[in-house]
Amino acid sequence: MAMLHLVNKSPYDACSLDTASSIMKGDDSLLLIEDGVYAAVKSGKAAARLAGLKVSVLGPDLAARGIGEDKLIDGVTVVDYAGFVDMVEANDKVQSWL
Amino acid sequence: MKLTIQVNEGPYQHQSADSAYFFTKAALEKGHEIFRVFFYHDGVNNGTRLTTPPQDDRNIVNRWSELAKEHNLDMVVCVAAAQRRGIVDDGEAQRNGKDATNIADGFRISGLGQLVEGAIQSDRLVVFGD
Amino acid sequence: MSDTKKFMYINRKAPYGTIYAWEALEVILIGAAFEQDVSLAFIDDGVYQLTKGQDTGGIGMKNFSPTYSALGDYEITKIYVEKESLEERGLTLDDLQHLVWEDEDEDWAEKDSIRLVSRSELADVLATQDVLFNF
Repeated sequence: MAMLHLVNKSPYDACSLDTASSIMKGDDSLLLIEDGVYAAVKSGKAAARLAGLKVSVLGPDLAARGIGEDKLIDGVTVVDYAGFVDMVEANDKVQSWL
Repeated sequence: MKLTIQVNEGPYQHQSADSAYFFTKAALEKGHEIFRVFFYHDGVNNGTRLTTPPQDDRNIVNRWSELAKEHNLDMVVCVAAAQRRGIVDDGEAQRNGKDATNIADGFRISGLGQLVEGAIQSDRLVVFGD
Repeated sequence: MSDTKKFMYINRKAPYGTIYAWEALEVILIGAAFEQDVSLAFIDDGVYQLTKGQDTGGIGMKNFSPTYSALGDYEITKIYVEKESLEERGLTLDDLQHLVWEDEDEDWAEKDSIRLVSRSELADVLATQDVLFNF
């Protein structure tokens, strides 16, 4: 049974990513949405927290914030809202770290 | 997949009302069933018909009403949260002595049991909030 | 729907600064009538919701902390409090209300509702749930 974790807050603003990344286990996936996408920028300190995790980022939220995909850490999958829906379906449940 | 969506924030203040809308729309386009969209906390403010956003900006309330109409969605605004924040339909106006109503098309006011029922009946509960 | 689901209500926010703590409790109380397998989790700032000695007179808000002690009457017996969140905030179990429930099967013996768990243990508990509520 795998969980989809949603983080929507900037890692520099709230502890949601810290808690989410430290509680994720096994086959869980992390999807960064809204301000949460900033965590995936490779030059930022928060990127280190994503090491070893299955990370996806919502493309429209990246584009809105002017973050080019070339700025992201390696191994991150960029999805659109349809992909977001697929991730919800592929996991047993969703944990929104608000 | 049968989904219940929970929206915790009001329109414009926080992106979650938008994220919830686009997620819901994408799920419908993929042929999934939306059992219910439940508006809680400040999310009830998505259900007022009195907003006048700038012409060049999205109309969040109308967007929800149109999506509900197109797909026959059940969009529920929590009664307790609505009472606190002044979202009123005819029933609530009568019960609580209010001289106006403001509920937008496609929304209905009902109890928290609707959220719980949604969670029981659906395959997934997806929460959008702050 | 004949199957019972495992419901976890996750509380991560402090009381009074925002309404989430109180409005989460309202869902929990209404939800109790639906006879699902209910657990509560308090993590991050959520642990502050359970502290003793809350006095809201000066801020003009209703003190809803007594509601937590009534949860046992609603058959809510599994309240997970995360150790790391307490420690980070300089809190111990002693700072929290003593929440109990009465076990009908053991002559109404009073039992502790709060289960102190590590983050890793909480992760295991979360993994077994069917539905996760967040506020």
